[in-house]
Amino acid sequence: MQTGYVLLATIAVPLLTALALTAVPSRYPNAVRVIAVAVGFVLFGLSLYAFFAYQVADGEQFQFQLRWDWIENVGVLGDHGITLHLGIDGIGAPMVLLTGIVAFAGTLISWKIDYRNKDFFILFMVLVSGVFGVFTSLDLFFWFFFYELAVLPMYLLIGVWGSSSVFPTFARTKEYGALKLTMYLVAGSVLIFIGIFAVFVEAGIGTFDLLALYQVQFDEDFQKIVFPLFLIGCGVLAGLWPFHTWSPDGHVAAPTAVSMLHAGVLMKLGAFGIIRLGMQLLPEGAEFWMPALITLGTVNVVYGAISATAQTDFKYMVGYSSVSHMGYVLMGLATMNPIGVNGAVLQMFSHGVMTALMFAMVGALYDQAHVREMSIFGGLAQRMPRFVAFFAIAGLTSIGLPGLSGFVAEFNVFVGVFRTYPALGALGILGAAITAVYILRMLALAFFGPFNERWKELTEMTRWEQAGGALLIAFILFMGVFPSPFADRIAESVLLIPGVR
Amino acid sequence: MPEELNLDYSLLTPEFCLAGLAALVFALDLFAPRFRKEWLPYLTAAGLVAILGLSFGWANKESDFAGLLSVDNYTTFFRVFFMATAAAVALASAQFVPARLRHPGEYYGLLVLSTIGAIYMAAARELLTAYISLELLSFSLYVLVSYAKFDPRSNEGGMKYMLLGAFSSALFLYGLSLIYGSAGSTFYADIASAYAGGTEEFDLGLLMGLVLVLAGLGFKVAAVPFHMWTPDAYEGAPLPITAYLSATSKAAGFALLLRLFSSAFLPVLDDWQWMFAALAALTMVLGNLVALQQHNIKRLLAYSSIGQVGYMLMAVAALSSATASALLLHLSGYVITNLAAFTCIIAWNNLTGKEEIADFRGMAERAPLLAASLTAALFSLAGMPLFAGFLTKFLLFQAVAEEGFLWLSVIAVVMSLVSLYYYLMVIKELYISQPEEPGRLPVPALVNGLAVALVVGVFYVGIFPRHLFEAAQEATKLLFA
Repeated sequence: MQTGYVLLATIAVPLLTALALTAVPSRYPNAVRVIAVAVGFVLFGLSLYAFFAYQVADGEQFQFQLRWDWIENVGVLGDHGITLHLGIDGIGAPMVLLTGIVAFAGTLISWKIDYRNKDFFILFMVLVSGVFGVFTSLDLFFWFFFYELAVLPMYLLIGVWGSSSVFPTFARTKEYGALKLTMYLVAGSVLIFIGIFAVFVEAGIGTFDLLALYQVQFDEDFQKIVFPLFLIGCGVLAGLWPFHTWSPDGHVAAPTAVSMLHAGVLMKLGAFGIIRLGMQLLPEGAEFWMPALITLGTVNVVYGAISATAQTDFKYMVGYSSVSHMGYVLMGLATMNPIGVNGAVLQMFSHGVMTALMFAMVGALYDQAHVREMSIFGGLAQRMPRFVAFFAIAGLTSIGLPGLSGFVAEFNVFVGVFRTYPALGALGILGAAITAVYILRMLALAFFGPFNERWKELTEMTRWEQAGGALLIAFILFMGVFPSPFADRIAESVLLIPGVR
Repeated sequence: MPEELNLDYSLLTPEFCLAGLAALVFALDLFAPRFRKEWLPYLTAAGLVAILGLSFGWANKESDFAGLLSVDNYTTFFRVFFMATAAAVALASAQFVPARLRHPGEYYGLLVLSTIGAIYMAAARELLTAYISLELLSFSLYVLVSYAKFDPRSNEGGMKYMLLGAFSSALFLYGLSLIYGSAGSTFYADIASAYAGGTEEFDLGLLMGLVLVLAGLGFKVAAVPFHMWTPDAYEGAPLPITAYLSATSKAAGFALLLRLFSSAFLPVLDDWQWMFAALAALTMVLGNLVALQQHNIKRLLAYSSIGQVGYMLMAVAALSSATASALLLHLSGYVITNLAAFTCIIAWNNLTGKEEIADFRGMAERAPLLAASLTAALFSLAGMPLFAGFLTKFLLFQAVAEEGFLWLSVIAVVMSLVSLYYYLMVIKELYISQPEEPGRLPVPALVNGLAVALVVGVFYVGIFPRHLFEAAQEATKLLFA
């Protein structure tokens, strides 16, 4: 049974949980944990349901629709001026699932947070609600509302629970990372805001409903002017080069669960926005600007990979690797052919799960060792076999090993790119090769080889971390060996994006 | 001039009641020395709320008193608005006044009197009536700003405010005389028909008049370049009065501006729009940029409120019924938010005696509820979602863009980004910096209650704005009839 209330629940449940948690006395931290994990589980269940109950070949572009009038016929708003209009297509469905998985894993991993854990989970739930809202909203106002809502708690989440990095010659404090991330993302949303003004005025139909706006034929010059606003505005969040610098600093400073959600899911909001607002709303503008996007995307891949190779800190390496992998998403979108865009969306899911796993593992190590320097570890596989196995799976997914989700996604992207821009496709593959260099080097340096006696105190991950990691790995394998539930949903919807052929 | 004067005094009942309330508060202070003076704020607030309820009796009616004052939905909207604001300020003063000030009777009495002035500024439909109402508000405020008699800053702030205020009143009056000379009437409706009917042309005299009126009102609402008094008056005034300045004084200025320019000068819209547009752009850029450098929370909020004035002036520049209703919505959201912020700041000041931004460090440990409320208010001022600020800014900026002032909206959005930075700097002190000394502070339950009630208001406007927005639309509809 398909009902929009499922999607509404994914937004409302975390928000109401945040509200309810304020009433829990902070002297009961375990009650807070139990509630958070239980809600995480419920959200995971809801997203799983939404994903599998989504019907392929059902004829409806958007399913699970729910539409409530919110404000109408006041001021500049006409009939159905602003509606809480929810619905998912084959692109939204895997994203909702991704959010459910990572949010659940995040609550599990955050079990061990002691310092003001109530406040942490309140903000975390607000963040989760915002993310679900973006993936399910079909109204421009609410899309933007939830987009900002996802940014809102970040400053405090990073500033209060984050960690600072100290390098030999300089330091990156958590306040710095928090502020940089917040200001960059809000600066990006300023561009989106302006784009929304322009679209609303130009359309002149008095509604923010995206499905109504999709029917409007915008002037070609208008599209060419406004599309970059959405492209760069959303691109900032997607880690688009050269607006990516918040990403490594912010993700490194963030506490583990927030890094997972942020790198795993929030960066996908950016790519998702490029599809929803950019390609679907302004197809001619997209057509015009795609060569620029694929160029920048290629820079993302290669530059991110080279930067990752240069890192000595685990978390910075993962941060730059995210920049690099988001490049594949951008390249795939920019091809504007079905296989490339398919690959991009698959990569959004795959990278989301994979990078969440990587951040979870880095966090598990950091919480014990309190350092993240790769070179000072060695032979950890002897002390923490499961940890190393989990980390290695994440790394191999990142390289694109067949049988894991990364392969499916990147293969599609490469085929798509080779069809349109063979030279850039070659550079993309070069990026994958560099990825292998830094991942394998890290595995060799830190996890295998002779055991460093300094770390004999380290123990295996906690149960909660293992559970969270296992959940993520299950989906990496699922998509790696049986991608059709994902690919079918995505492929159908991708063909409905105007301009993709 | 209306044919027959309507002298129905019952239309003014709420203001008579307010005057009675003010007299009662004065008298209690004077004649009943043993009367427990700490009850005065509650008496004032209760009286205001009762009269507020009474004023709903004039909802959806349209009448006027001798052509001078309108009693319509616009007036009713602002009656409710100003009385609610004054009641909140009276409650927020309950701990502050006995600790810091003397003569509570005059304090609360002047608060109520100034409310009458503010209401008549919104109700006036004749230039001199508008002027007298403006002065009633201003004179009460001059006294209130310098109420901390032994604090040199308060005296300095009050003096600056009064001198510049008197100067701006003179400008305003001179402007009125020029307008009268050009249009031949002081009634808004007659001025409008003189220009709409073509009996009078837009001339230099009127232009000069408008410039001077704008300068005079610019002082009142603290628009750049007439804002110089604001930071000093805000810093010097007793904290609750700072809150009151940022709420009622500004809102009343806009209430007057909106009715005057829509009822009287709409026919010559093209000739004065550019002035407001320029003023709006200047005000929001300067207010927000200077706010970045402030170390005192009052001065920070003073400059941030200047920035907010810039957003509101945009709505007057792009005047239409859509922007007017969006302006009223934004004004309501802004005032509720600001009162919430000030309630927390006043409470913190009562407990610690400090008002530098750095002194707010660790507030989340020492007074968690106040810290959360203040954070909510600051996020709302920055325009983040769930809170009032996001929605009201979105609708306001969209309405302005709709009228062809996209460039102003773009400046406004960029300036909102700037404002987020300095609000985050305060939030950083609240949550990330460690407190000077550990331990919870004993926050009175009433203060917590007031802060929570105001924050609930902030959420209400941000999440269920429909009713308020429709009320704002009803209120402004007649202005454009």
